[in-house]
Amino acid sequence: MSDAAHAHDDHGHHAHPTGMMRWLTTTNHKDIGSLYLFFALFMLFVAGSMALLIRAELFQPGLQLVHPDFFNQLTTMHGLIMIFGVIMPAFSGFANWQVPLMLGAPDMAFPRMNNWAFWLLPVAGFFLLVSFWLPGGAVAGGWTMYPPLFIQGGISYDLTILAVHIMGLSSIMGSINIITTILNMRAPGLTLMKMPLFVWTWLITAYLLIATMPVLAGAVTMLLTDRNFGTHFFNAAGGGDPVMFQHIFWFFAHPEVYILILPAFGIVSQVIPTFARKPLFGYASMVYATASIAVLSFIVWAHHMFTVGMPVTAQLFFMFSTMLIAVPTGVKVFNWVATMWKGSMTFETPMLFAIAFVCLFTIGGFSGLVLAIAPVDIQLHDTYYVVAHFHYVLVSGALFAIFAGIYYWLPKWTGYMYNETLGKWHFWLSVIGMNIVFFPMHFLGLAGMPRRIPDYALQFTEFNQIATVGAFIFGFSQLILLIVVMKAIKGGEKATAQVWEGAEGLEWTVPSPAPYHTFETAPVVK
Amino acid sequence: MKSMWKKAGVVGAAILAASQSALAEYGYNLQVPASKVAQDVFQLHNFIMLVCLGIFVVVFGAMFYSLLKHRKSVGHKAANFHENTTVELVWTVIPFIVLMGMAYPAAKVVIDMKDTSNPDMTIKVTGYQWKWGYDYLNDDVSIYSTLSTPREQINGSEAKGEHYLLEVDEPMVVPVGKRIRLLITANDVLHAWWVPALGAKQDAIPGFIRDIWFKADKIGTFRGQCVELCGKDHGFMPIVVEVVSEEDYKAWVAKKKGGAVVAAADNTKTFETAELVERGEKVYQANCAACHQANGMGLPGAFPAISGSKVATGPIADHINIVLNGKAGTAMAAFGAQLSDADIAAVVTYQRNAWDNKMGDAAQPATIASARGGAADAAAPAAQ
Repeated sequence: MSDAAHAHDDHGHHAHPTGMMRWLTTTNHKDIGSLYLFFALFMLFVAGSMALLIRAELFQPGLQLVHPDFFNQLTTMHGLIMIFGVIMPAFSGFANWQVPLMLGAPDMAFPRMNNWAFWLLPVAGFFLLVSFWLPGGAVAGGWTMYPPLFIQGGISYDLTILAVHIMGLSSIMGSINIITTILNMRAPGLTLMKMPLFVWTWLITAYLLIATMPVLAGAVTMLLTDRNFGTHFFNAAGGGDPVMFQHIFWFFAHPEVYILILPAFGIVSQVIPTFARKPLFGYASMVYATASIAVLSFIVWAHHMFTVGMPVTAQLFFMFSTMLIAVPTGVKVFNWVATMWKGSMTFETPMLFAIAFVCLFTIGGFSGLVLAIAPVDIQLHDTYYVVAHFHYVLVSGALFAIFAGIYYWLPKWTGYMYNETLGKWHFWLSVIGMNIVFFPMHFLGLAGMPRRIPDYALQFTEFNQIATVGAFIFGFSQLILLIVVMKAIKGGEKATAQVWEGAEGLEWTVPSPAPYHTFETAPVVK
Repeated sequence: MKSMWKKAGVVGAAILAASQSALAEYGYNLQVPASKVAQDVFQLHNFIMLVCLGIFVVVFGAMFYSLLKHRKSVGHKAANFHENTTVELVWTVIPFIVLMGMAYPAAKVVIDMKDTSNPDMTIKVTGYQWKWGYDYLNDDVSIYSTLSTPREQINGSEAKGEHYLLEVDEPMVVPVGKRIRLLITANDVLHAWWVPALGAKQDAIPGFIRDIWFKADKIGTFRGQCVELCGKDHGFMPIVVEVVSEEDYKAWVAKKKGGAVVAAADNTKTFETAELVERGEKVYQANCAACHQANGMGLPGAFPAISGSKVATGPIADHINIVLNGKAGTAMAAFGAQLSDADIAAVVTYQRNAWDNKMGDAAQPATIASARGGAADAAAPAAQ
């Protein structure tokens, strides 16, 4: 990462604060990108430790390590932090670093709002984590926060609502910044349909965020007033309806699912052409497929609620609309394979993670199709099959794309090549560990093991033991990532501006590491 | 299309059934179906899995071929094509057609599942934190069904039994081959009633009634669990359905009714304090210990202690009131609707005389009856 010394070399006339104040007051998109990424990395280990504690408890039947109530706190906080504290901030970090570099823009459109959008996050993260030490412990009602259970909890439930509001505020500010930057600050000649696909996916993601975050804010505000001010939005005794919360929540949370995966599509669409040494196949159809997925995401929410007892027409509508998502998603997978086809491929760590993404994300897509079939979903809803499904799309999907992006752009950010051997170790241990954890969960769900239980019947023992072993392999191999990143910041083989033989785009025209200020004069494209 | 689906389903079922018998104890697929709906879902799942497997093999066969052949290390030079409208149209349209082939059989099963008309009998199912209540509307029988696995097995101080966590004190008993409609609701928070082998799952929503149906094809015991997170003991409220012959079902109903008469007689008796304490301990273990703990100490911050509490050492009328009516805004349920007068008298007496609470007083069923008030009397169940 470019440090203060660089700033002074390049721009001695600017008086920059140093130390902690530099990071607190920074308005530089590269600094803020790094802050987002470090925050996400830290939270990955926090929420990952919770996952390991969950898996350790589930290693054998019976209650060994944790009390059931604490177990529920762990599953809830693992989910909330992984979504709002790891995946979303990591993608924001990529957006901050890469969007201006890819567009030939000097910085983000609103640098001070950018600073604020980031610094709200640690505050929200602090509120979430500190709730473990409050009376009654952290939130234990699931990341989905369903009432009436959510109404029963103590003070940490109110604190979590506050944290969700703060994170939503941060996301909305970040999104406004990204949309404005993309629409107004492209280099001359860089038309929308010439933008790198990563920028396209983030543009669409930012619109999804602006559309859905206020919906979540509304839902949790109604929870807050039900809890504290005597309203009955979700209480049947007062004329409300607990199921209404689920409708509002999933109207937010299904687009949220795509918020967590569209930027991953973007990263993979940058990485594969680079290492196949061949342009992305079907650029235009990729853009249209991303947009269709985003539009469809607003009309499929009730497939998360097939067991609430909807009328048959609603059941059929949401089943058909959900199945339709397989079409644009399929187009994307076919395009990635066609990009590799007749390429001249090499397999550096970013490419390995991207290939694993295509293959394993598709497994998550197939289990998603199985779950879209309403009668099958009714059997599998709230079982470990669903846990397997969303970890295939979020771990081997979103997280692997983040890993691919880190390895891909790390030389551009630090100026040094990462250690390829360690990178390959990280990849193989992650991909093997990940499959050992999550593949057996399909069988557990099919056989009838409910999710969110701290103890289970004896026939589920073997697969749970396998999953726990895999979890520890996967979890501890993430320490390699930490080592790789730290080593690349300290030094190593100097990276060229181009870094990768097949890399194309404006970000590869600036030196490595990217200077503190880039594109003060806009480049001209074509 | 229909016959193709059926064929694929049968082939899939055969393959999976074969692997299942070999590895029955592990279970790689849905549980062996015991109703037509479960059977339909089983075949539908097999069919969709086979289609997915086919697509996976084709797409990733191509990808892995490319990974092997189109690599720089074997000297492959990169081509430069990057679009082909025909190919792109084909791989948009074909998946769409495949999906329609899946949607048609799936829709038929949805329509069948949703048709709850013409039941042979109706049972109301109520989810509580953390047990199930069953009211047989046609036969006027009411039971509560609680986990019967001993705490010692859960804590590991005793060996675990065969049906660890999947056993209850009072199973739901239904006759074989009858169309049974369930009216499902909840008393406190969301729950979900699920028996995999019967293909029946429905969220239990407080304040609303939703219905599903099943018809068990064979006699046997089928086990399931609550599948909607409902708090601390979500993992400890199993469902057991005993499917019996018509005669056995009639005998069971008669026995339950006889038991209810005996239990109702208890509500008019006057007990010794020792009797109440003994009975109250059992009621406490079944209904209170999950939160307030067997030692009466509760869980600090989440569930208050009863040992040494203001309620259990204060006026007995207030104590009875909180047990009968619950406490709004907390997880404390109103047990007035769940427990008989005798059971409430017993549990209150037990709580006032156990642990550090040496109150020495007792509540009698008659006190509870008057605390309920005249109107509430009728609402109280005759027996538990």
